[in-house]
Amino acid sequence: MAFDWGFFWRYLLEPSSVYLHGLWLTLSLSVISQGLGTVIGLFAALGRLSRFRSIQAVVRFYVWVMRGTPLLVQIVFIYTGLAAGNIFRFEDIDLGIIFLPGNIQAAIVALSLNEGAYMSEIIRAGIASVDVGQTEAAKSLGMTYWKLMRRIILPQAARVIIPPLGNDFNGMLKNTTLVSVIGVPELLLATQMVTSATFRVFELYLVVALYYLTLTTLWGFVQQWIERRYGEPALREARGNGFVAGGLQRLRGLRLRDRR
Amino acid sequence: MTSSPLLAAIGGLPADAGEIVVAATDVHKSFGKLRVLKGVSMTVRRGEVVVIVGASGSGKTTLIRCLNHLERIDEGRILVNGHLIGYRDRGGRLIEDNERNIARQRQEIGMVFQRFNLFPHLTALGNIIEAPVQVRGQPKAEAVATARALLTRIGLAEKENAYPAQLSGGQQQRVAIARALAMRPALMLFDEPTSALDPEMIGEVLEVMRELAREGMTMVIVSHEMGFAREVADRIIMMDDGRIIEEAPPEQFFTAPKQERTRAFLARIIDAREGVAAGKS
Repeated sequence: MAFDWGFFWRYLLEPSSVYLHGLWLTLSLSVISQGLGTVIGLFAALGRLSRFRSIQAVVRFYVWVMRGTPLLVQIVFIYTGLAAGNIFRFEDIDLGIIFLPGNIQAAIVALSLNEGAYMSEIIRAGIASVDVGQTEAAKSLGMTYWKLMRRIILPQAARVIIPPLGNDFNGMLKNTTLVSVIGVPELLLATQMVTSATFRVFELYLVVALYYLTLTTLWGFVQQWIERRYGEPALREARGNGFVAGGLQRLRGLRLRDRR
Repeated sequence: MTSSPLLAAIGGLPADAGEIVVAATDVHKSFGKLRVLKGVSMTVRRGEVVVIVGASGSGKTTLIRCLNHLERIDEGRILVNGHLIGYRDRGGRLIEDNERNIARQRQEIGMVFQRFNLFPHLTALGNIIEAPVQVRGQPKAEAVATARALLTRIGLAEKENAYPAQLSGGQQQRVAIARALAMRPALMLFDEPTSALDPEMIGEVLEVMRELAREGMTMVIVSHEMGFAREVADRIIMMDDGRIIEEAPPEQFFTAPKQERTRAFLARIIDAREGVAAGKS
């Protein structure tokens, strides 16, 4: 079958509703799972840094499992495996305004739990990058743990956390394709559905690749903007010249005094 | 007590809670196998300025960090303003207090660090109002007014919007002192406040501390600035190998030390100073 340019352009520029729905699912799954994964990662990181050995062990186990098994296996295990073992079944939820099918819930759970493990390592590194003197100063002023985390440590850790978080979101946009195996009609499954009706595999997979490329490219611009505004590239930190001072310098466009 | 520039900014000295501000008895502290404090007892009265000296490794920094429970202690008791710091007494056994109570106690104890530890993401003003607003729940406008008054009195009124990275070391340390004062502490702890400073900036920090001492603030200072100690201290405490080996008013301490090890320490310090002076010329 020769490459059908007309077909290619039509699907690229005038996507069908199945396709647009898939795009919407890919985007919303990515954003929700990244958000939940970041929250899970934050608590996991704090657990890892806790002085209680038992909490540390639980977190270490969670990270070990999530990073040591394929995401695809996790997705199938959580949705199909748990149901087959009569342990847990994701039921459809109808909240009136939104309808959440069971497989989409499972997709969000799997993607979030997986991402949480990676985020916990990123956030832990971010927190560890903040000088211990900051914690001591905050404590000496009478701040409790949560207050000093929220007001003093995390705002500084954010500069280290944001660049790798952006990279993870790029990965998340593409990892959502894996939930197609449990029947979530995101962009990839939408493409498969159209191909099974039209047999135009070459054209449609080129279209879907271009869609992902567009998403990740657009995200790249957003990430650049965020990093210019809040983040600090890892490279600069590696030079070891006080990342926060460097960050503020970039942030404010100011020259630093030469400090010993 | 005369109303005075620095403390006037925070509404004068905090209300008297008692005559004895710090009462430490038989404090022991180890880091693993290393015994850092081997039974230290000390008392600080209201308005008193106590300077702790001693060679590095003698335990003086650990001692001052125990006074606001930045370090746990293994044995002994530390009372600040009559309250046990960091612990609760359960029938003679000490049990670490909950976080909230420890935090509340620390509000009454200001601390100034060797490395300033200003919050780099906040401006000078932001650093000073952070704890009064977030911890004490003071209205922001009120905290800002206090902070501005403090900044004026440490000579940094025009730097209120500067970030720590834009300030010199001496300026940062002065802001750090103002940040601690803004909580209206009953006690100020200084852990080698000038050790990380360039020589030309030491004077401006000592000037603020001298002012505070004159105004009657209760202060415990770990310092190597012997000239300052001699001038400002009511009492000097000499530490050696985890113990207090000598305690005396400055005149007596510097002119007629009783302990051989104190004499050796003073001689070393003076030698080192002369060595530096000789090296520079």
